[in-house]
Amino acid sequence: MSKVAKSKAPAKAPVRERLPAPSDWSFELIEQYHAEIARVAEEYGLDTYPNQIEIITAEQMMDAYASVGMPINYHHWSFGKHFLSTEKNYKRGHMGLAYEIVINSNPCISYLMEENTMTMQALVIAHAAYGHNSFFKGNYLFRTWTNADAIIDYLVFARHYITECEERYGEEQVELFLDSCHALMNLGVDRYRRPPKLSIAEEKNRQREREAYMQSQVNDLWRTLPRAEEKKEAEEEERYPPEPQENLLYFIEKNAPRLEPWQREIVRIVRKVAQYFYPQRQTQVMNEGWATFWHYTLMNTLFDQGVLEDKLMIEFLKHHTNVVYQPPYNSPYYNGINPYALGFAMWCDIKRICETPTDEDREWFPDIAGSDWRKAFDFAMRNFKDESFIAQYLSPKLMRDLKIFAIQDDEQKPRLRVGAIHDETGYRELRRALSDQYNLGNREPNIQVHSVDINGDRALTLRHYKYKGRPLAEDSNEVLKHVARLWSFTVKLETQSEDGKVELSQECKIERRRAR
Amino acid sequence: MFRIVDRRFDSKKRSAVNRQRFFRRFKQQIRKSVSDALNQRSITDIDQGESVSIPSKDLSEPSFGLDPSGGQWERAYAGNDQFSTGDEFDRPQGGAGSGRGRASNEGESEDDFVFNLSREEFLEIFFEDLALPNLIKTQLARINQHKTVRAGHTSTGVPTNINVVRSLRGALGRRLALGTPHREKIRELQAELERLLLTHSETDPVVIDIKEQISRLRTRIEAIPFIDSFDLRYNNRVKQPTPSTAAVMFCVMDVSGSMDEEKKQIAKRFFMLLYLFLQRTYDHIELVFIRHHTVAREVDEEDFFHSRESGGTVVSSALEMMRDIIHERYSGGEWNIYGAQASDGDNWEDDSPVCRNILSSAIMPFVQYFAYIEITPGEPQNLWREYLHVGETHSHFAMQRIETLQDIYPVFRELFRKKLA
Repeated sequence: MSKVAKSKAPAKAPVRERLPAPSDWSFELIEQYHAEIARVAEEYGLDTYPNQIEIITAEQMMDAYASVGMPINYHHWSFGKHFLSTEKNYKRGHMGLAYEIVINSNPCISYLMEENTMTMQALVIAHAAYGHNSFFKGNYLFRTWTNADAIIDYLVFARHYITECEERYGEEQVELFLDSCHALMNLGVDRYRRPPKLSIAEEKNRQREREAYMQSQVNDLWRTLPRAEEKKEAEEEERYPPEPQENLLYFIEKNAPRLEPWQREIVRIVRKVAQYFYPQRQTQVMNEGWATFWHYTLMNTLFDQGVLEDKLMIEFLKHHTNVVYQPPYNSPYYNGINPYALGFAMWCDIKRICETPTDEDREWFPDIAGSDWRKAFDFAMRNFKDESFIAQYLSPKLMRDLKIFAIQDDEQKPRLRVGAIHDETGYRELRRALSDQYNLGNREPNIQVHSVDINGDRALTLRHYKYKGRPLAEDSNEVLKHVARLWSFTVKLETQSEDGKVELSQECKIERRRAR
Repeated sequence: MFRIVDRRFDSKKRSAVNRQRFFRRFKQQIRKSVSDALNQRSITDIDQGESVSIPSKDLSEPSFGLDPSGGQWERAYAGNDQFSTGDEFDRPQGGAGSGRGRASNEGESEDDFVFNLSREEFLEIFFEDLALPNLIKTQLARINQHKTVRAGHTSTGVPTNINVVRSLRGALGRRLALGTPHREKIRELQAELERLLLTHSETDPVVIDIKEQISRLRTRIEAIPFIDSFDLRYNNRVKQPTPSTAAVMFCVMDVSGSMDEEKKQIAKRFFMLLYLFLQRTYDHIELVFIRHHTVAREVDEEDFFHSRESGGTVVSSALEMMRDIIHERYSGGEWNIYGAQASDGDNWEDDSPVCRNILSSAIMPFVQYFAYIEITPGEPQNLWREYLHVGETHSHFAMQRIETLQDIYPVFRELFRKKLA
């Protein structure tokens, strides 16, 4: 059911009852504030999953941080590591905890920290429970790649399964195996193929069937007895897989010759989790900007309606300003472009273009200039990711306001060069540069399964397709060892440069012994 | 649908499992770090947590990534204040300005990964090296218990501490005190009433007036509260540390040339363990450090462990000094005296019998326990042989030859057993 932007404006009058604004929150107050925020959100036509708000302590917040924001996850030392470093920073006061964590699930779970003031709780409810929540429900990436109804169930399944494996095969063995899977997590996602939906009951059934079936398939692939009539064919069909595969974990799950069934299942679990987070990594600017825009708009609307106290509003604005602050490049606080700042500015700018377009805007954005901003918003929120969102909507005015400029860094040249800047000749180029920066495909290496020597030593060859001469980081060596552990035979890494030249860059040899 | 769930009280320490796994995995590094920390620490600081650092490359989680310093990159920045298209400038040093925004926050830093061990975790690792039996470990790691002792009653406190008997007795007294004048008056009026009734009828105004007076007084008596908040008495309890006595611990160490740094570190663990034990038992502990080669000197802890001297060894000089200090400062009955001596066993031949004498006659009668360790991989020396006699005659004397840390515990076995019994 879509509640797309009814053009009815949120009613200004009548003056409503003012909510009390003590600094300490209480359950009643949270409910009252939530009711008001929900009312305004509905007037603006935000379509969300049902909300579940959970009150947690700072320690639990750190815990949620450490296990990548999931309320439940399997055990692994790396989560312990993240917890320790978060805890240290927090205790030393180096870092405030994030105000909120919100989970893309149905119902949508938002965490409120016990230590927050009432103002903060209201901000977080508006930001997470209405901003992020509506984004999760609307954006095409989330709709396509994640299944909010089933994620919690799936994680429960994953945790039980891995615990069971630990009991059966030993904690350390499972841990080492998980290490290897984690190393490939970034390359364990399907970028183009849509994954099937998950459900816990189905998952359990299918897991057993899959186990039996997959093992038989793998065995078939690696059948050592030659079949005479097929021999010829095999020679022609040198290459396996017939086409390069981008999803390394998927390929390993289905084809690694020596994995036990439980190991294949673990590969699958890690792959599913990676896939679940994939949209979040691609929509940071949009998503955070969207949530920030909505907390700002919802709270201001409430204030205009006389529901919020002045002092609460002042505290709110203070937090809001901190969140959207963009330090200039030469500030000691500069840490890249702040996704909250850029996202918030872009959404505000789209609204401005719709409501009060200038001639420049009419030229650049003929589709939306002067149209209903809520329709334009809804369309943009549903159909873009960071890369395309910026390419589509970053306006010249915003580039001027933020004074964005691009620096070209070419290893071959001794000096850095300023590329496009925020001027007439640079807008398009600059917008492309910024959009590229958010393209995961450019930020991460393009590594694919190239071939497997199925008739020979079973070596797996990966190929890195170089883009703009960017080499792999140093620790790729270590990663290759992990791949070799999963594959159990020699693994090679080739690099193909842009002129098509291929060279072997790394190799991790495994001498086959009589194992086990 | 909207729901608020209060999760604050469930699953505390959910991260504990992951934390444990982390420790298990990096045990080697953590132990090394703890061991370094122990070398730095003062004996009296043993009982605290520690911040531990591990080179972060040891615990990186590798993943395929691009090297930001190679190839061609174009990066956007905010806040242009001086650049125009085509400007060129040198690469900033030290990676400044490589703000790719999303650079991962782990594994990239060259710095060490630093985190805090809690006191329990720290002691756990300390004990592990010393191969302590589990019972002893828990005994030592326990936080010093305070005993609550009754200390009369107070007029303020929590409801659970109300002393019912005392409170009611107080209330009764108050009611009596406040009611007595009225009751006396009533008795008088009653007597008068009876007298009047002999001559007057019931409806006589005088009689009615007296009756009214009586009933008014009764109401006043009834109005006195049965129990008032100021009647309440609470049991008062004060916390007293269970061990309220003081102890002094003598650390005696040979610092002659043959005691190298490693031996000193073993000795330090030995002193630490004794200190930890005493801390459980005594409220106040003083430390006396005596080091010696041919002459003994009383020094502070810093000098004790860190300065080096060379030369021969005359152990008796230190024992004499210990004896003198006991007499001068700790002779009153209130001090529990413990002695711990560490040496590599080398002593001037003629001196060892002297040591034995001093020890048996002038020290052992005053101390609770005296532990001697000889840190040497070789044959026992003359001092050892002499000390064996001391051990025969005094049950509170323990000695042990030590090569590694695991050998320390047996020295204290007797001491701990007594404590646990």
